[in-house]
Amino acid sequence: MNSQNKFIRSFMYAAPKTVPVLIGFIVLGIAYGILMSAHGIAVKWSVAMSLIAYCGSMQYVAIGLFLAAFDPLYAFFMSVMVNARHLFYGISMLEKYRGMGWLKPLLIYVMTDETFSIQCGQKVPDDIDRKVFYATVAFLNYFYWFVGTLIGAVAGQLITFNTTGMDFVLTAMFVVTFTEQWITQYNHKPAVIGVLCSVASLIIFGSGSFMIVGAMALILLVMTIFRKSVDEEAEL
Amino acid sequence: MLTTPQMMMTVAAVAAGTMVTRFLPFLVFPANKPTPQYIQFLGRTLPFATIGLLVVYCLRNTKALVYPYALPEIISVAVIVLLHRFKRNTLLSVGVGTLLYMFLVQNVFV
Repeated sequence: MNSQNKFIRSFMYAAPKTVPVLIGFIVLGIAYGILMSAHGIAVKWSVAMSLIAYCGSMQYVAIGLFLAAFDPLYAFFMSVMVNARHLFYGISMLEKYRGMGWLKPLLIYVMTDETFSIQCGQKVPDDIDRKVFYATVAFLNYFYWFVGTLIGAVAGQLITFNTTGMDFVLTAMFVVTFTEQWITQYNHKPAVIGVLCSVASLIIFGSGSFMIVGAMALILLVMTIFRKSVDEEAEL
Repeated sequence: MLTTPQMMMTVAAVAAGTMVTRFLPFLVFPANKPTPQYIQFLGRTLPFATIGLLVVYCLRNTKALVYPYALPEIISVAVIVLLHRFKRNTLLSVGVGTLLYMFLVQNVFV
């Protein structure tokens, strides 16, 4: 009985945190579904991409791959590069996903920017089951993206409501996560390094897909050079 | 247009590329072996640097040098940060920030 209460309490703690993702993924999922259908790609491929690859911005990039000449090797390396930031999420989650048992590969499979942001945004309270918390966030987000894609691909043209700017909801969520981390951490060096290196990469490489890889390389470089001074207690 | 098997292989290739980036850290540093100190250091610090990267990445297409000079983004982000600083309510901060941004790009900086 007690464990059932803890399960429900943990679920109820986690679910509201995904509301911004619910809005963002429905809007962007619909946009993706519409775009795929507008290019004459069948609904099943839109859904397959969202369920199997589940990689947000790379799915937009992949539309071009479906329309161009067949080149799976290029598709593979393109998605490694566009998704390279997941390497950082994995390194960040090595400790947190320890002891997740059979859930672990599933949690890794459905990792996204948004899931990472929620799971890493704040300390999980002691009375919350971490497994339930991580699983709820990860699988709800996955479900939202699937639903959005399906709506967009099947019935996207029926939407007349002006959604311009609505995708800002995900930016807003990342800004909130950043602010929350800033408030709860006294060591601000990693956050400052992240922002400055990313801005530098944006200036150097422009806003194309190389921007992320460039930013990651710069972050690693600066972190490594200034390791001693950066590595004050920064535990979540 | 690609044939059905070609479509399937393209979906698989994109998924495989994505999964390499998601699984690689866990395969290289398995839980049953001690993680190197340097990787532990990155695990402690990267969560904060990476959220910074995501914020900048989301705003990467903002045009700062031409009208509207990134004003919708600057105003919205400032309101989100201040609101969150004083209320600490995630849904409130995200909700107000998003509605404000939508209002600004749809009605003010058209």
